[in-house]
Amino acid sequence: MQDNLQSSSYKHLEQKSKYTNLFLRWFLYFVLILFASYFIFPLYVMIVTSLKTMEEIRQGTLLTWPNGLNFDSWAVAWGGRGYGAGDTFLKPYFWNSIKMVVPAVFFSTFIGAMTGYVLTKWRFKGDQWVFLFLLFGCFIPFQAILLPMARTLGVLGISNSVIGLVLVHTVYGIPFTTLFFRNYYVSVPTELVKAARIDGAGFFKIFFKILLPISAPIIVVTVIWQFTQIWNDFLFGSTFSFGEAAPIQVALNNMVLSSTSVKEYNVDMASAIIAGIPTLIVYVLAGKYFIRGLTSGAVKG
Amino acid sequence: MKTLKIEDLSKNFGTTEVLKKINLEIDEGNFLVLLGPSGCGKSTLLNIIAGLETINEGSVYIDDYNVSKVEPKDRNIAMVFQSYALYPSMNVRENMIFGLKQAKTSKEKIQEQLEKVSKFLQVDQLLERKPSQLSGGQRQRVAIGRALVREPRIFLFDEPLSNLDAKLRVEMRREIKKLHQQLKTTVVYVTHDQTEAMSLGTNIAIMNHGVIQQNDTPENIYNKPNNTFVADFIGSPSMNLIAGSLKQNSDKTSFIAEGSNLEIPINDYRFKEKSNLSNKEVFFGVRPEHIFSKKFNESDFEITLSAELSEYIGHEQIVTFNYSNQEILAKFPSTSKIEVNKELNLYFDLTQISIFDKNSKERI
Repeated sequence: MQDNLQSSSYKHLEQKSKYTNLFLRWFLYFVLILFASYFIFPLYVMIVTSLKTMEEIRQGTLLTWPNGLNFDSWAVAWGGRGYGAGDTFLKPYFWNSIKMVVPAVFFSTFIGAMTGYVLTKWRFKGDQWVFLFLLFGCFIPFQAILLPMARTLGVLGISNSVIGLVLVHTVYGIPFTTLFFRNYYVSVPTELVKAARIDGAGFFKIFFKILLPISAPIIVVTVIWQFTQIWNDFLFGSTFSFGEAAPIQVALNNMVLSSTSVKEYNVDMASAIIAGIPTLIVYVLAGKYFIRGLTSGAVKG
Repeated sequence: MKTLKIEDLSKNFGTTEVLKKINLEIDEGNFLVLLGPSGCGKSTLLNIIAGLETINEGSVYIDDYNVSKVEPKDRNIAMVFQSYALYPSMNVRENMIFGLKQAKTSKEKIQEQLEKVSKFLQVDQLLERKPSQLSGGQRQRVAIGRALVREPRIFLFDEPLSNLDAKLRVEMRREIKKLHQQLKTTVVYVTHDQTEAMSLGTNIAIMNHGVIQQNDTPENIYNKPNNTFVADFIGSPSMNLIAGSLKQNSDKTSFIAEGSNLEIPINDYRFKEKSNLSNKEVFFGVRPEHIFSKKFNESDFEITLSAELSEYIGHEQIVTFNYSNQEILAKFPSTSKIEVNKELNLYFDLTQISIFDKNSKERI
């Protein structure tokens, strides 16, 4: 008798918890979808607007679907209208940016890996102070160094050039890349370096043959971080370069803000997307390594 | 000619003295174990022999040649590490020949060495595998192989078995012993495990606080510890050290424990110095395994004590006794019945005792 009573009351509880779980699950989905749409909404507006003609934009609302796939505004944003003065378009500046980003990312990552290697595996007196001062670099507001940097670039004779921007971005990337690599190499057993030294490998050989081949996760993290930072930078680009040497973010700004005639929202939107695409590609290609690299701990040998 | 000689070696990290005036010699083909608690400087000493650490004072000789300032690769040594330290990005073959390639050895010679060593260590089936695809024991073997292919004068082992589980550790211990028997290469081996040290070493150097406490054969370390540190460190449970004083009457010498008036005759104990023994404050050392519950030898000393605690550990039991308020441990076979809180006749094997000065802690 008692057993029956108890089992029926358990059944009731079971039912109840089933409904509660179901409700919570649906509520969770609802909230997630809500937030996801909130974040995706601007992108939607950008893409849709870039595919509309000016006529459509004036008549419809922000959310209306375009009449057809019209890539004219993309072509204008990328290649211009084909008349002389005052025709700003992204193509040359896109290549400027590539020419700036690729070497800057490469050098800052490489130098960061080297410094991280030295700070963990070839410790010297006062190395923790060197690391501390490097860390300061992460916290210095970039506005504070604009003037001294401009002067430096002037003295070196590379102001208003892509090379100048490469130098600036490399130098200001080093604190971050060093931090990444140092924290990664700290978890690599120092015995590896000892074994290699006994085997007769020197400073560079150990770095290139032993450590670099196991650094893929942290290299991906660093490259994504640096690529995004440098590609999206506007401050350095607009301060240290103008005209022909400007990177894409500066050109985008010039294009959108300095047009004297009617505002062409579709071209503006297309330009903004073009300027953002490379970082998106990098994230899509290497994103999963990004998370893995950030969380990966010890190297299992 | 000594294969390895260390002279007045001192090392400090900043203000901490890690090694103090170390002197050490090893003959060709010997197996020297550096044994000590963590932080005693044994690993630092090994790293100095390898050339991975610099020296503050003193020198290291290999084959009578002063190598104190010679690079690790030129010292003709090879080292096996605790974490194996196999290069993760290389497969077994590349791991094993990395050193030979650095030394610009000819291709034929490399191939020959690789085949010989990999067969010998039974890793010839694993050559294409990455370290991450190997088991603990296989990694250990490859690490030893990497050291072997270089045909070094001296093998250095830095706690090579600590990362293995208990069963594998015993197996690998035997393999290292076999290896040494076959190759007869000189070995310096660092460990904190006394069983490993006892079973492997032809010589054991026990270290504490950067000083070598005793450097001797395993038998002497066990039977004739130099001081109370060695006596306490070796053996499990460690040697009973009973505080008391000596009494000398004409030709007879005896020991009286603190708070007791029972005289234990120790006429047959070989003192280093026979004189001035009377009333000397000492520790009377007797190992738990040298206390019996039955009389075995004619010279065994009978004493009645009460048992306080019995710990059963399978093949034996460890019983705690109270000897005038000092704890004494004894080891008995687990088959003998011991009743707690009851008086029991015990027999000390007086041929196996050690006596230490209470102040200097040295054996007398």
